[in-house]
Amino acid sequence: MTDTLTAGRAEYCVVACAEAWRDNGEVLAATMAPVSSFGARLAKRTFSPELLLTDGEAMLVDLDGTTEGWLPYRQHLTMVTGGKRHVMMGASQIDRFGNQNISCVGDWHQPTRQLLGVRGAPVNTLNNPVSYWVPKHSTRVFVERVDMVSGVGYDRAAAAGPSATRFHRIPRVVSNLGVFDFATPDRSMRLASVHPGVTVGQIRQATGFALTIPDDVPYTREPTPAELRLIREVIDPKGLRDREVRP
Amino acid sequence: MTDKTMTPEEVVGRLRSGMTIGIGGWGSRRKPMALVRALLRSGITDLTIVSYGGPDVGLLAAAGRIRKLVTAFVTLDSIPLEPHFRAARERGAFALTEIDEAMFMWGLHAAANRLPFLPVRAGIGSDVMRVNPGLRTVTSPYEDGEEFVAVPALRMDAALVHLNRADRLGNGQYLGPDPYFDDLFCEAADSAYVCCEQLVETAELTKDAAPQTLLVKRHSVTGVAETPNGAHFTSCAPDYGRDEAFQKLYASTPWPEFAERFLAGPAELDYQSAVRTWHEEQQ
Repeated sequence: MTDTLTAGRAEYCVVACAEAWRDNGEVLAATMAPVSSFGARLAKRTFSPELLLTDGEAMLVDLDGTTEGWLPYRQHLTMVTGGKRHVMMGASQIDRFGNQNISCVGDWHQPTRQLLGVRGAPVNTLNNPVSYWVPKHSTRVFVERVDMVSGVGYDRAAAAGPSATRFHRIPRVVSNLGVFDFATPDRSMRLASVHPGVTVGQIRQATGFALTIPDDVPYTREPTPAELRLIREVIDPKGLRDREVRP
Repeated sequence: MTDKTMTPEEVVGRLRSGMTIGIGGWGSRRKPMALVRALLRSGITDLTIVSYGGPDVGLLAAAGRIRKLVTAFVTLDSIPLEPHFRAARERGAFALTEIDEAMFMWGLHAAANRLPFLPVRAGIGSDVMRVNPGLRTVTSPYEDGEEFVAVPALRMDAALVHLNRADRLGNGQYLGPDPYFDDLFCEAADSAYVCCEQLVETAELTKDAAPQTLLVKRHSVTGVAETPNGAHFTSCAPDYGRDEAFQKLYASTPWPEFAERFLAGPAELDYQSAVRTWHEEQQ
């Protein structure tokens, strides 16, 4: 039994990630990290039951692990370009227009820190909605300018023209501090909600660029008691969320 | 019918320094590691490697065999960042063509279809265009007039892939959940070499497995080598999973020490026996 219904920071993050897939319909909720995966599962268990999930390998699976489809990498890449997918990727760096970097830090020709490589970020961002999950919000991640644009942001898509903007959409960025969107006239990043226990000043200080901050910033919504129970007892009974987001 | 069986040494004997070599599998999954190790034992160098990169890239980079790498990523999966690839990149040890996963796939398709390029909705807007100044775009000749990246064909001199089973003619079968892109690699290369867990009679291939597991067809295969445990330490489902303990050792041991202990022997068997000994020591 859960003895308290007070949500912890990681649980707000799970709910904030889950909300990214609200009203998405029958699309694949693709994720890379524990908290965003828990969010996708919470969404499917509650308000978005039609979502598709993968086992992280080549299968589409139901919540109980039942295989309902085959999705090897080749078909997964087709699904990306077909658009029936909303992925929540990570970001080693992200800027105010949502340009994301997972490739390297420093000069690309001889980086100070080599990371993964661009992976599928360029194709994802031009073809299906891409949200981001950042477990450690800091000025090192939220930067004025990313070193290697892997995922394409709003300004770069606009500059590249109609075939880049046609399916380009970054619904939201979720961090351990708050939720961000691009609902501004120039499609730059805006603070959409702050997680309870976090101040707007904290977010401003941890962000390396000028963030649009509305006069009244709402709090990220509370998980319902049923959602909290699902997160704690069904989705993440081992408490991995608290390892990714310190309470 | 031609019997195409070879030893890993004979496969490598067909390769030359300066070649463009494609390596199948994905990350730290079903990599033709026995052939990569045979390459390491040879003097072959100055290679252009085309790979959805894993430890194949890390090993060849650490050993200084790569002149140029074509990839979208290099990872060990359970260890996200490949340490030897990172170190080599950070000292500027080789040239890099960094493209997106989908661009890579369509480059393979273009080569397999003998086309100079294929258009993709990927790349534009990203720095993939900045770091690959040779990439061109193409405008749709139809009413939409949309602009796409024209991904050049990834034609290769040779491809190396690892499969669960194959026959002596070069028909290759995967029994795991994902074909990755191994058939495309073979079709996109001038010559292709399959190493497999088990060499079987042709009739054996479909005795208990569905025909769609027959991934690689013999017309696109030059040589076949039986290399049990040959994908080690990457995964080769359903025969074995990734050897996580050994992969951790690989990722945390200084390269000269690792190479001395596991790669200095004259044959694949020496590697396999060194791994066995290491595992026994851990108990």
